[in-house]
Amino acid sequence: MADGLYKEGIAAERLAPEQYSANFSDLHPPLDRHEALVESDRCYFCYDAPCMQACPTSIDIPMFIRQISTGNPLGSAKTIFDQNILGGMCARVCPTETLCEEVCVREVAEGKPVQIGRLQRYATDTAMERGAQFYERAPDTGRHVAVVGAGPAGLACAHRLAMHGHKVTIYEARPKAGGLNEYGIAAYKAPEGFAQDEVDYVLSIGNIEVQNDQILGRDFSLSDLADRHDAVFLGAGLSGVNALQAEGEDIEGVQNAVDFIAMIRQASDMSKLSVGRRVVVIGGGMTAVDAAVQSKLLGAEQVTICYRRGKDAMNASEFEQDLAASKGVTIRHWLKPARILSGNGKVSGIEMEYTTMRDGRLAGTGETVRIDADQIFKAIGQTFDPIPLNGSGAAVVMEGGRIKVDADGRTSLANVWAGGDCIFGGDDLTVSAVAQGRDAAESIHRALA
Amino acid sequence: MADIRSNFVGIKSPNPFWLASAPPTDKAYNVVRAFKAGWGGVVWKTLGEEGPPVVNVNGPRYGAIWGADRRLLGLNNIELITDRDLETNLREIKQVKRDWPDRAMVVSIMVPCTEDAWKAILLRVEETGADGIELNFGCPHGMSERGMGAAVGQVPEYIEMVVRWCKQYTRMPVITKLTPNITDVRKPARAAHAGGTDAVSLINTINSITSVDLDDFAPQPTIDGKGTHGGYCGPAVKPIALNMVAEIARDPETHGLPISAIGGITTWRDAAEFMALGAGNAQVCTAVMTYGFKIVEEMIDGLKNWMDEKGHRDLDAIIGRAVPNVTDWQYLNLNYVTKARIDQDLCIKCGRCHIACEDTSHQAITSMVDGKRHFEVIDAECVGCNLCVNVCPVEGCIDMVPLAAGAMDRRTDRTVSPDYANWTTHPNNPAAKVAAE
Repeated sequence: MADGLYKEGIAAERLAPEQYSANFSDLHPPLDRHEALVESDRCYFCYDAPCMQACPTSIDIPMFIRQISTGNPLGSAKTIFDQNILGGMCARVCPTETLCEEVCVREVAEGKPVQIGRLQRYATDTAMERGAQFYERAPDTGRHVAVVGAGPAGLACAHRLAMHGHKVTIYEARPKAGGLNEYGIAAYKAPEGFAQDEVDYVLSIGNIEVQNDQILGRDFSLSDLADRHDAVFLGAGLSGVNALQAEGEDIEGVQNAVDFIAMIRQASDMSKLSVGRRVVVIGGGMTAVDAAVQSKLLGAEQVTICYRRGKDAMNASEFEQDLAASKGVTIRHWLKPARILSGNGKVSGIEMEYTTMRDGRLAGTGETVRIDADQIFKAIGQTFDPIPLNGSGAAVVMEGGRIKVDADGRTSLANVWAGGDCIFGGDDLTVSAVAQGRDAAESIHRALA
Repeated sequence: MADIRSNFVGIKSPNPFWLASAPPTDKAYNVVRAFKAGWGGVVWKTLGEEGPPVVNVNGPRYGAIWGADRRLLGLNNIELITDRDLETNLREIKQVKRDWPDRAMVVSIMVPCTEDAWKAILLRVEETGADGIELNFGCPHGMSERGMGAAVGQVPEYIEMVVRWCKQYTRMPVITKLTPNITDVRKPARAAHAGGTDAVSLINTINSITSVDLDDFAPQPTIDGKGTHGGYCGPAVKPIALNMVAEIARDPETHGLPISAIGGITTWRDAAEFMALGAGNAQVCTAVMTYGFKIVEEMIDGLKNWMDEKGHRDLDAIIGRAVPNVTDWQYLNLNYVTKARIDQDLCIKCGRCHIACEDTSHQAITSMVDGKRHFEVIDAECVGCNLCVNVCPVEGCIDMVPLAAGAMDRRTDRTVSPDYANWTTHPNNPAAKVAAE
């Protein structure tokens, strides 16, 4: 056992070197051919299948599974990509337990759904490994569309626009394309550089240029983009992080969970990453679970998720909660942060206040509890920052702090569409972002026709 | 406890489960293992005439079809009769019979269609103390090209002739094994009966090509790029075998002729079904070639438990019990009306019943009721065909419920008649026999 396990404070090399690779290996190993055939045989090929209805991208799931079962994995992959060009990543990160697999009739019948996500991965991995390309660009239309953000929404939009013969330039703030697929999900969900492989696969259709380190409001403005292109798609995601609204939030040792997650994703040597001996994560969503589980995998001794409401209200799925528990994370409910505790200028713990529902509203009870911690992660949601967007020209109409769009993804501005986490009314899922990007592209294509 | 001791044409065995003439019964080693496992008897793999032994191919002998989980559903083979020396086989048969006197030892034989050839081998087999012989008139591949096996079984006159010789030259009971590769299985059965056979056994394997290698464009199993038709067996052939057994059992000319059933028998239930259709015992091959000899334990136990549960004391209580219920289509009661009923508590809403009915049948099952996914039978359209039951993945979820006499059939707007009435008297039948006035 590494001495580092019990080292006080925030430290690297808590584990033996070989433990890191074991800890961060594939969460769900891929199905081999035989496993895929056996699993595909469990699908009943339902009429008007509930799984397909539950998929935000409406993939014809019974058909792609049937194609696997008949030894036609490339046909299966095309069925998936036709609806969702990022089907490979969605197969890995979709909370299938609350989407397709939740409504699978075998879940209803025997509590054991067809493993749709893993079958989708089998098909898409097969196609990507063989380098099978299914789409060609239509003849060049001479139109040029700007896409802001190379995340799932932007990539899906760009691919569909390219299919229709439009030239696309993607302006991406970060050094790599992929958005949250590259920076925002737990490392064990998409190891071995899958996100970049997928970006390359998507971009290989051609006529899509990605310009990195291009930040909206700093390097270019929306009005400028709109002037220089025939249409603009905003898929900028969320750049702000909600504050804890607790005393002592700026003390050393209090960090954004999304930054921690991004750091892990970009690391080449996990043993060099620092983590606290005792970690508290504030929040109840996927980000909270991803941060908590990975803290544990990096060698934190105690990791506690504190959520201000009950288990049922957590955005993290049942599966994610169970995963956290199986990795040794403690999940505590009905606690909200009151005060960060510190010593020598560093975090030493957090004082949490118990909460309850009073008259239909969440309220503190006044009773508090202290939890020792040398690292605290904030995972209580991200926000859209409209300032860079609306710094020039006419302002885009917002709703609930995010961009307002119609059913086609059109914003209040002519020739400007938006999709993904930056729009109002979404569910912050990769798969939904893909659907919105794809549908906005179709709308743009119709508008440019 | 039910008594499942069997007496088939005077051949006694502790249970009705025999191993069919096939690879599992080719030599003493296997047969002794089978007897130790509990098999009631064996039909020793087919012996040929004295002389240089038969040769087999040295490449794949078997082909198969599988379910998606590789469950073996059907097996095909191009193996010939025993390729071991006749002397060796006879010596082993004699020894095993001596060591296992309570088990049935039947010897399968296939020799050229001459009286001398049959006479010669019968005497040799009789010396072993075997309980009976089975005449292999069935093998559809290889031997049939040399005028034996199915080449004999497809000509009723030959069958009758050879059976006669056998009855003339041996005291042993004669079981004539029939090929299914024929239009009407009653013809060879009648011929065997006319020749004096003690019993028939069926079915032998069915001519088949199991699959084609789409890279080499060669039928499988493939021998150096070529393939040939082989004999098909296993669970997939059971329905064909059941019908052929029933046809012989209910044919007035062969009614009562003992039948040894063969064809995809894998479980006690399969065996019980064959026996209900008139078989006196059951022969098994593919199931043991898939799972080994141990399955006989379940067959013995399962058969006894079912018989105890139903109060059947011995095999005679079940043999042939379903034969009177096998009839011609023209005698089916056209006044019997059923409607499908979907148990909504069991329904998992897969919609297979709906799409099967909607696309391919009678548009008699809803998919949506009051805006909700809901599958329900529309009585005014349901013809009671049973397709929905067959495609439903949940056992017992859909039942065919008969309408009581006097009830209204909403499809035809007629009340259900209490009387039996069949096609022979139906007004739409031009050949209807008018009831005597």
